[in-house]
Amino acid sequence: MTEAIVEVKGIGKTYDSGVEALRDVNLSFPKGQLSTLLGPSGCGKTTLLKIIAGLLPRNAGQVLVKGKPVDGPGPERAFVFQDFALLPWASVLRNVAFGLELRGEPKEKREEVARKYIAEVGLKGFEHRYPAQLSGGMRQRVGLARALTVDADIILMDEPFSSVDEQTRRKFQEDLLDLLRHHQKTVIFVTHSIEEAAYLSDQIALLSPRPGRVSKIVRPNVDHSRSPDEIRRDRGYLDTVDEIWGMLRQYV
Amino acid sequence: MRRWQIASFALFFGLWELTGRWPVSPAFPPFSNTFLALIEMIRDGTLGKAYLITAQPLALGIVLCAVAGIAFGIGMGLSRAIEWLSLPVFIILQAAPMAAIIPLLTYMYGIGLTSKVLAVIMLAAPVIVMNSYKGIRNTPPSLLQMCRSFQGTRVQEVVKIVLPHAAALIFTGLRLGLAMGFIGIVIAELLITPTGIGDLISYHSSTADYPKMFATIASIVAVAAVSLHLLQRVEFRLFPRD
Repeated sequence: MTEAIVEVKGIGKTYDSGVEALRDVNLSFPKGQLSTLLGPSGCGKTTLLKIIAGLLPRNAGQVLVKGKPVDGPGPERAFVFQDFALLPWASVLRNVAFGLELRGEPKEKREEVARKYIAEVGLKGFEHRYPAQLSGGMRQRVGLARALTVDADIILMDEPFSSVDEQTRRKFQEDLLDLLRHHQKTVIFVTHSIEEAAYLSDQIALLSPRPGRVSKIVRPNVDHSRSPDEIRRDRGYLDTVDEIWGMLRQYV
Repeated sequence: MRRWQIASFALFFGLWELTGRWPVSPAFPPFSNTFLALIEMIRDGTLGKAYLITAQPLALGIVLCAVAGIAFGIGMGLSRAIEWLSLPVFIILQAAPMAAIIPLLTYMYGIGLTSKVLAVIMLAAPVIVMNSYKGIRNTPPSLLQMCRSFQGTRVQEVVKIVLPHAAALIFTGLRLGLAMGFIGIVIAELLITPTGIGDLISYHSSTADYPKMFATIASIVAVAAVSLHLLQRVEFRLFPRD
């Protein structure tokens, strides 16, 4: 097994309202792979992702990134938000370059980097549009491009396709796989879609709800070098979907 | 669209003319007489002079509110302590019937410019402060998290996200504040000492020159409506809606 780039140990989280979101969560995320946190709504998967990102405080446990404990956000992690989190008053170019702008990169340099990633996510020609002029799928491509510009090794994605329609989502998933393998990123991905998890992931952590705990880790036997259509008809893929559904149905 | 607007005005003025000619009350002049009186007052310069006088406390009050009110509202949005101290005051001020407080202003500050400026401020400030405060407070949490996820500092967060996000609501607050300011200045000019437009209204009312009185009232309604409409167009140009 490849070495772990992110590890969480004994994570516990109780909200001020008294709701216990996570209890004693232990997981490791292999370097260069795509790991999914999968579970029904209310299982704390987004909470866990935000704790890994350093955006939420935890009540117990430790987050290790490259072997070192971390307490807040860091340059080796970049986040892609469920609601895109784009600045409505800024163009696509400025939005994509925003991570670099916050780091104080000079305008020319950051826009050059941003243009490169705008082209990579397939938005060339849209640099001077505003978020309101883009579809949901295109907005999330902007969110992804912004996460890529800061050159973080780890990309954290919080249900990035949940507000994107089905056709766009499939295309986007395929593009995402290509991009991430090309850049050799480690991805931690939150979703409630079993198909999405089985299609994208090298490792799937199933979380059980209230309080969220890791109930099982599944490593889908899917050959990602094959074409998307082949994967969707593949035995290993279909078996993984069935296996996960068998485990999740008890919570629904 | 435009055609219907013109039709609506024509209908309104037509009904006004009819009810004026039908002797409802000797104090209700028909539209045509009022319109002629308006032309006369514009020609002989009385209306222009009155507006110059009325505009002073209005402009002073709005500018003071814009500078201090926006700054204060932003402070309330950014600091829990300022919010805790002053939010209740502004909530009460927004609900209070301000006309009742104006005699108190006369009692404390006399009948000069100060009282009138204060009347404008008392009416306009709450909405300007509250809109600035809400604009700051309603920043989408995911934008703040986004800023933190890229290790943005608190200063960057305020300058690059919170303030630009609040700008549209702050501007709306200014527009609503000006609307309240018009109310404030007319009340002040009627209740404190008759000057400017308030003087024209009360003078023509006391001499029973009703066409001139109605013409003055109609003119201040028109000035307020047109200036607010223009500001709204500037607002939509500056901050396009999604």
